[in-house]
Amino acid sequence: MSEKVKLVHGNGGRFSHELLETYILPHFKNEWLGVLHDGAQFPVQAGRMAFTTDSYVVTPYEFPGGNIGKLAICGTVNDLAMNGAIPQYISCALILEEGFELKQLEAILSTMEAMAAEAQVQIVTGDTKVVEKGSIDGIFINTAGIGMIPDTVDSHPKNIKPGMKVIVTGTLGDHAIAVMGTRYGLSLAASIQTDCAPLNGMIQAVLEKVGKKVAVLRDPTRGGLGTTLCELAQQSQTGILIEEEQIPVTAEVKSVCSILGYDAIYLANEGKAILIVEADVEEEVLSILHTFKYGKAATTIGTVISQNKGKVGLRTTIGGIRIIEPLGEDQVPRIC
Amino acid sequence: MKTLTSQEKANTAKALLARIRELYTPGEHLRFMEVCGTHTVAIFREGIRQVLPPEIELVSGPGCPVCVTDQIYMDKALAYAKQEDVIIATFGDMLKVPGTEHSLAEAQAAGAHIHVIYSPLEILELGKQNPDKKIIFLAIGFETTIAAIAGTVKAVHLSSVRNIFFLVSHKLVPPALRVLLEQKEGQIDGFILPGHVSVIIGEEPYRYLADAYKIPACITGFEGVEILSGIVNLLEQRKTNHYQIGNQYTSVVMKTGNPVALQLIDEIYEVCDDTWRGMGVLPKSGLRLKAPYDQYDVEKVYPLTTPLPVEKPTGCQCGRVLQGLIRPDECPLFGKVCTTNHPVGACMVSVEGSCAAWYKYGRASGGLAWK
Amino acid sequence: MCLAVPAQLISINDTIGTIELTGATRDCSLLLVPEAKVGDWVLVHAGFAVQIVDEEEAKATLEAFRELEELEDAYFSGKS
Repeated sequence: MSEKVKLVHGNGGRFSHELLETYILPHFKNEWLGVLHDGAQFPVQAGRMAFTTDSYVVTPYEFPGGNIGKLAICGTVNDLAMNGAIPQYISCALILEEGFELKQLEAILSTMEAMAAEAQVQIVTGDTKVVEKGSIDGIFINTAGIGMIPDTVDSHPKNIKPGMKVIVTGTLGDHAIAVMGTRYGLSLAASIQTDCAPLNGMIQAVLEKVGKKVAVLRDPTRGGLGTTLCELAQQSQTGILIEEEQIPVTAEVKSVCSILGYDAIYLANEGKAILIVEADVEEEVLSILHTFKYGKAATTIGTVISQNKGKVGLRTTIGGIRIIEPLGEDQVPRIC
Repeated sequence: MKTLTSQEKANTAKALLARIRELYTPGEHLRFMEVCGTHTVAIFREGIRQVLPPEIELVSGPGCPVCVTDQIYMDKALAYAKQEDVIIATFGDMLKVPGTEHSLAEAQAAGAHIHVIYSPLEILELGKQNPDKKIIFLAIGFETTIAAIAGTVKAVHLSSVRNIFFLVSHKLVPPALRVLLEQKEGQIDGFILPGHVSVIIGEEPYRYLADAYKIPACITGFEGVEILSGIVNLLEQRKTNHYQIGNQYTSVVMKTGNPVALQLIDEIYEVCDDTWRGMGVLPKSGLRLKAPYDQYDVEKVYPLTTPLPVEKPTGCQCGRVLQGLIRPDECPLFGKVCTTNHPVGACMVSVEGSCAAWYKYGRASGGLAWK
Repeated sequence: MCLAVPAQLISINDTIGTIELTGATRDCSLLLVPEAKVGDWVLVHAGFAVQIVDEEEAKATLEAFRELEELEDAYFSGKS
């Protein structure tokens, strides 16, 4: 086979098949995909199913600690987990730029295989298209996923009530800084890596223990913690008060933010979750999270309150309150 | 470098607030103005207004370089941006500022080449990689940034790169303070002076505030406890009737500033009158490139030949906000027609603009609508 | 105005230095601080070092804050 992707690899004929056989199938081995039919068929249970989709267009497609493939699997797995579902089946649509290095594709597919194995999900159906050079930046991926939601679980903003505690599973801003920190001439500390990870194992462990005492789960991806909490406050019409001192950010990420003028609470995360839980299970939830490598730095950052409905307030170190609004324009480095 | 722990900061803040309450005469309404966009943002971020006694009002002045840059400058930048062989290099702050017709971001979407940089020195590489284009750098900013851009002009001069130009609109802080004190409206009882501008210029250029106007002024840093200690200093000056230029940022602000930077600025630029948005022409408040560095002044070398758009009245009150005469939420457009999503004026666009900060940190309340 | 942050100078090459802050590094012009030495902390704005941090003064400021904090602490614990 050639070393680069050609237009003909996307036309559905012999070359498409060669690409599938040589690169894709070896990494996504399972009985459903192996049939190579137009879709996957499987029996389903009665109950509630969660269904989610996301497209991944990140540039650069490789960054410290991961690549676009890692995002594509973990992103969809995590969205299912945030719905309280047990992720099962994933679809994967690839759009490749003509000329994309097949070695790169191999590396990305290999990562996806590893993530799928860790998350215990199967990639059962997919599609591959090739577009002309210059129309996209290397590779775009869309994944969709389904999973069943146990009856003992209900993750929904309507469940948020005053008195509940707001927990975040770890440090914020790691992914955003790993991806864009090297723009503008900065070299990052080696420890700055994407936090991209499949959280379903950890979330499932919490839900199995405390079930409906978890009011809602949401992952603070684009727009960061700040935007996500604003959405939750709005959707539940409660107030949320968080403590500046409690918000976990590594010293390395803080430093990059201070150089470029970024605010860590608005930076994207790909391996963190926000859990809003009843106060009486706060300690138990934290101790479960701490037993997982993706939850070691889990901590309570705030409380749901009955006043200031729909608003998010941050109590600063000096005791003042800063009202948090959703992220407006994307952050760019500033001089001011 | 050591810093205070969170607990220490919290306790120190309590101590400073206790001192503020001691020094302050209840019932007296005081207005302290800060003239630095970074202070505007820091005050909101730290939630300082909530912890101060309500009669001590913190007012934002013309401290945001983007906000005080007049509309004509943006229209010139956009006119150059439209030229085929031009790459505009700019700080991120300028991207969304509206000209009469549209912003740089909109021009970019329509095909103009706009390049956001963190350091002006990046334009040297840009110039080398695009020998058939003119790189035009939007040289705005107060003294801290002026020093960096002066360094860049020098670096360009010493290099062999000959396709780099500057569209200059620098503003100087000390002359603006005098104009603010001379205005008939408004009440200013003290100045929180910009920390990093003062790193460059030192304490002397502000001396007239104490000597001629007997108004307390203090240079402070940007942390919550630093700003509070600056306010303590202002109140102490008032109480003792002993006026001076306070300096609570001595780790980086020397009495004489940075003489190397000042000398370089003097070598590269000459002082001139300049127009501040909403404030009109302020004498000796701007800079222009002087010989031989005026060879990089794009307006001298490639003057625009097409007429600029005629300024349309929009009802924008940025001028009055910048002079501290009205609060952002007192502008009739605020929050209704003019929001951070759809800004009408520069004060709403710039991250450090009073209106944007007010809006971002609590809509019409300036962050005070939290019970 | 303006965003500037203290960082440590870890190497110098003519008028360009490398500054480091918790592992993040960047080149930075030393044109405005010709006396800066490796190991100094400098204030960095837009890719330029604009001042050498006076570490004695920085320490003194910190101590002054700490003293204030202790006074306040003593006051409150005295009261209760």
